[in-house]
Amino acid sequence: MESRTTSRRTFLSLSMGLPLGAALAACGGQGPTQTGAGGGSGNATTSGGGGGNSATYWYLSTQPQEGVRTRTMERHNAANPNGKIVGTTFQNDAFKTKIKTAIGAGQAPTLIWGWGGGTLRSYVQAGQVEDLTSWFDQNAAVKDKLFPSSFGAATIDGKIYAMPCETMQPIVLYYDKRAFEKIGAQPPQTWGDIMDLVPKFNAKGIAPFSLGGQSRWTNMMWLEFLYDRLAGPEIFQAVFDGEKDAWNHPDSLKALGMVQELVKADGFVKGFSSITADSNADQALLYTGKAAMMLHGGWTYGSMSTDGGDFVSGGNLGYMNFPPIDGGKGDPGNTVGNPGQYLSISSKATPEQEEIAKKFFSGALIDDTAVKEWVSTGAVPIIKGADAQFASSKDADFLNFVYNIAVNAKSFAQSWDQALSPTAAEVLLDNIAKLFQLSISPKEFATNMNAVIGK
Amino acid sequence: MSAVTTTARPAARAGRGGSLGWMTVPALVFFVGFAVIPLLGVLALSFAQWDGLGEIGLAGFGNWAAILADPGLPHALWITFLVMAVSWAVQTPASILMGTFLASHHRYRAVLSVVFFIPLLLSSAALAITYKALLDPNFGLGAGLGIPILVQDWLGDPVLAFGVVIFVVSWQYIPFHSLIYQGGVRQIPRSMYEAAELDGAGRVRRFFSITLPQLKYTIITSSTLMVVGSLTLFDLIFVLTAGGPGDATRVLALDMYKRGFQANLMGPASVIAVILVFFGLALSLLLRRLGGRDSGHSQLEGA
Repeated sequence: MESRTTSRRTFLSLSMGLPLGAALAACGGQGPTQTGAGGGSGNATTSGGGGGNSATYWYLSTQPQEGVRTRTMERHNAANPNGKIVGTTFQNDAFKTKIKTAIGAGQAPTLIWGWGGGTLRSYVQAGQVEDLTSWFDQNAAVKDKLFPSSFGAATIDGKIYAMPCETMQPIVLYYDKRAFEKIGAQPPQTWGDIMDLVPKFNAKGIAPFSLGGQSRWTNMMWLEFLYDRLAGPEIFQAVFDGEKDAWNHPDSLKALGMVQELVKADGFVKGFSSITADSNADQALLYTGKAAMMLHGGWTYGSMSTDGGDFVSGGNLGYMNFPPIDGGKGDPGNTVGNPGQYLSISSKATPEQEEIAKKFFSGALIDDTAVKEWVSTGAVPIIKGADAQFASSKDADFLNFVYNIAVNAKSFAQSWDQALSPTAAEVLLDNIAKLFQLSISPKEFATNMNAVIGK
Repeated sequence: MSAVTTTARPAARAGRGGSLGWMTVPALVFFVGFAVIPLLGVLALSFAQWDGLGEIGLAGFGNWAAILADPGLPHALWITFLVMAVSWAVQTPASILMGTFLASHHRYRAVLSVVFFIPLLLSSAALAITYKALLDPNFGLGAGLGIPILVQDWLGDPVLAFGVVIFVVSWQYIPFHSLIYQGGVRQIPRSMYEAAELDGAGRVRRFFSITLPQLKYTIITSSTLMVVGSLTLFDLIFVLTAGGPGDATRVLALDMYKRGFQANLMGPASVIAVILVFFGLALSLLLRRLGGRDSGHSQLEGA
């Protein structure tokens, strides 16, 4: 009996081992899709930094941005047949973990795409990305072409570790003009107006603000603006600089209290903690008329014009910068968001690959075609003078609006979760979710956050 | 973790199989390669400081001290225990009843058992995404059909979110456990029921006096799978609530992922992984002890 069970089990594991092995092998081949190079170079399939005369590049697969990235890379490859780039696309969240694992395993692509800030800092501390400061000094023309504000998130301890690229995406207060007509009110000019509008919209059965609260960083945008309008960018700068107990600043506690007041006044759509931003349900609430306003990134303009029927084309979408707070010290022209996207060069790359990458930086990545293509997606490239391209676009008004915010902002702060280290960012998002749940007080929030300052 | 406990047995018995012992070699290789070595790696990492990117540094007992002092750990343990206990309490009675119902040989019941089996064929991630869409307070089932009672903050209220997690887990796994119980019930000798019928025992009496006691080992097997399975439940909760709202559904496995891969703290995450393995092994051992001690004892007395 005993030996029979053993052999049967062994047989089972034997027979299961084969397909399992096959499945594991198959996993290696599937997954991300490779584009580019067109089979020209021999090392096209090596994803690591050890390849020969072609560089590797991983980027995000969301359209319409993916198309622009792919075409930019293809233009580079057409112009440089001896130094091609092989691209691989990943879905947003998968990319964040995948790139981290690849870098840790020494298998990073030549070009590391990212949002700069705290994540870039963790790469720098691990010695995984190249210092580009001297390259920018030698290529002043490239540096001058880009908005100076975009370099902040690429600079770690005074050195530049990444090439700013693509588009700037400030956070914008969107509103539905139809909803304001219904209650006969004007868009808010101050925080006081916002609090006054809340009961009016609720009385009409329209949610004052749409919010995808399950994604957590959506809630964070509110705090970013409240902190800035109350006290300017100084409080978060103190946190960023690792100042002890920086979250205990009186204006910090006040801002946290204000957002809880808004939650208590039913300022956000009912069930906001069940809504995610990745499903775009928060945007849908705005364009279907269920919510009157939404604080969200500049990138949502593009998706609302695609998904929202005639909501954008019919002129129903209004947008403005976040209004000032009475008695607040912050400049109402300031903004927060993503000052740009960033490309770093892996320190594992060969000298040839590094050359290809730098050629890409000064060439196709920031040429006029790239500017035109980014503008056509309804976004503002980080290249100076990009506004010359706006006139011909159907989204000219929005593009000019974003461009002016970015140009005139005295401070274009980076999103907190991107600026902080991944460790502190996770604690931040966690506590923000609890703050919006009203399950912790502003004081507790500050205490929890003070514990991870400088980590 | 359940894989660890189940594959451990053939490997441990390798020596006793005599001439057929070599046949365990592939299983042994897989077990050592994919379970033992990574486990040792995790144990080593729990004493290290690593952000997943740079050099691995020594942390001594720092990680352990930090995790054991973290108020998040007892909370995550409590949530994990709750998920385990509540989903066991929901699934076991339902599965036993359903398994008993499906055990008798009627054609319509055979058809039903195929239908009931469907949830198990779907991937947890797909299920979670579907439920998330259905439960959306603004665009979900309730809003679509105009049923106000279904319009709740399902995933945003701590108690409701926990309930939803239990419901979806049960909905997915009850078919599987019913299948186990169905097999168990079919193995009970008919003669016992016939004897009881002659003695005048009714349907309910027969269920409680014959079916349930005879299912003892099946209950233990199914409970082990449930308990150890819910200990490592991750995908469904991750997609459905991501541990939220706040940390209302943050079980140990999720806590481990968040620390390791989102906060870049591989050391503390490994500590939690070791704790998870420890609890998994202890629980399955305990459950085996509960029923396994007198396995030579006959269950057929009086048959």
